[in-house]
Amino acid sequence: MIEARGLTKQFGALPVLRGVDLAVAPGRVTAIIGPNGAGKTTFLKMILGLTRPGGGTLLFDGHPVNGDCRYRARIGYMPQLARFPENLTGRELIAMVRDLRGAANPLDDDLIAALALEPQLDKRLRTLSGGTRQKINAVLAVLFRPDLLILDEPTAGLDPVASSVLKDKILALRGRGVTCLITSHVLSELEELADDVVFLLDGRVRFAGAVAELKRTTRQVTIERAVAEMMRRGAEEAA
Amino acid sequence: MNVMLKVLKYDVRDLVRSRWLLGYAAFFAVITDALVRFGGSSEKALLSLVSITLFIVPLVALVFGTVYLYNAREFTELLLAHPVNRRQLFGGLYLGLTLPLALAFVLGVAVPLLLEGLDDAGQRVPFVMLLVAGAALTAIFTAVAFLIATRTEDRLKGLGVAIAAWLAAAVVYDGLVLVAVLVFGDYPLERPMLVAMFLNPLDLARVLLLLQFDASALLGYTGAVFRQFFTGISGTLVSLAALAAWIAAPIVLGVRAFQRKDF
Repeated sequence: MIEARGLTKQFGALPVLRGVDLAVAPGRVTAIIGPNGAGKTTFLKMILGLTRPGGGTLLFDGHPVNGDCRYRARIGYMPQLARFPENLTGRELIAMVRDLRGAANPLDDDLIAALALEPQLDKRLRTLSGGTRQKINAVLAVLFRPDLLILDEPTAGLDPVASSVLKDKILALRGRGVTCLITSHVLSELEELADDVVFLLDGRVRFAGAVAELKRTTRQVTIERAVAEMMRRGAEEAA
Repeated sequence: MNVMLKVLKYDVRDLVRSRWLLGYAAFFAVITDALVRFGGSSEKALLSLVSITLFIVPLVALVFGTVYLYNAREFTELLLAHPVNRRQLFGGLYLGLTLPLALAFVLGVAVPLLLEGLDDAGQRVPFVMLLVAGAALTAIFTAVAFLIATRTEDRLKGLGVAIAAWLAAAVVYDGLVLVAVLVFGDYPLERPMLVAMFLNPLDLARVLLLLQFDASALLGYTGAVFRQFFTGISGTLVSLAALAAWIAAPIVLGVRAFQRKDF
């Protein structure tokens, strides 16, 4: 689905990605993890065309990601932060994005009911709590039946009920063959979602492969401990 | 309907519900009403409004414009993750702010003046010119604000640059022109002064407006020179064309910066 070769990016003097080689398999949930500043969000933004690669190539379904924006019709994106035009209502916001998409295909709005959003949709977005706005973000991400779902820290700010609803949704979508890319700091929640793990450290891919393989090579039982082990080894090698 | 018009439609809907915008329109309505009531003639009111417009409109457009684009940052990213063309999104965001701001100014000034009525028909042209110049200044300085906010990552710095731009155009520029006149007073300054006028949209708008009144004393040095070069309707047309160029330039630069930006 996504193929990166030697992807680099520098912000000013600060290198964020230093040559990322990566292939994301279709129909699987891939977790991108790594410490703050490892380049996770930058990588996601490059797939979305929000940030341009400094060097290297990035392919989406075999086509290079360049100025053309049409490929994004197949992507659903849930960003970390939810800030919308303050004086619109949730319903107007959804109508706006729908208008912009010119989406004719049937929408997937199950999440509105599952997250109990209906009574909130006619209030001004300014008056909604951060968690409620994040729920609207989740609705927008899956609304247009994407082939690729990109979630940046999706459960940050969601209550446990909403967070498990979202996780169920992700698993259901995977069942329908949707590819998912997730970043999260809560490694335990990735346990039930992730098929593959990509571990970024200092702008390089430190590990990429199936969850089982990660656990086997580090001889740990959870993703969290496996990653900790990997970071410890990394630190040892550096020393 | 293309992306620009769609973004424009929802942005306008968002903004007309904003208290800031209502306050801005109310500000001009109250000032205009007071000037007409207590100033005696509508010509005097119009002249005072020229000064206030030249002072307030660029400041509000610059500050409001930068803050607006910074606040829309996350939403802009969200929209760009959809199949949305950057140039059209920029256009939609820009018009979505400029049109409501300009409309707030026009209504704020026009409604009280028309309710009271102009003193005589001769003031119709200055009145319309005031509205046109106010709208043009809104368009120019909102575009400059968007350019600044697109190119400056740090919000506080961007706001600082915007205010510095206003100070430069509204205050410092006149001072520099005066200094230049004093220092180079022995040389023929007509042509350099004419150039100087075109380089500052505020100066340009002032000359355009004061050309409509019998108030040559207020024209200043650049305006007096301008009147020598362009008499009658040609002066108005030339300055309107220059204002249009001043709207286009920052928009073109802003679109380019927006297209290259890393979000």
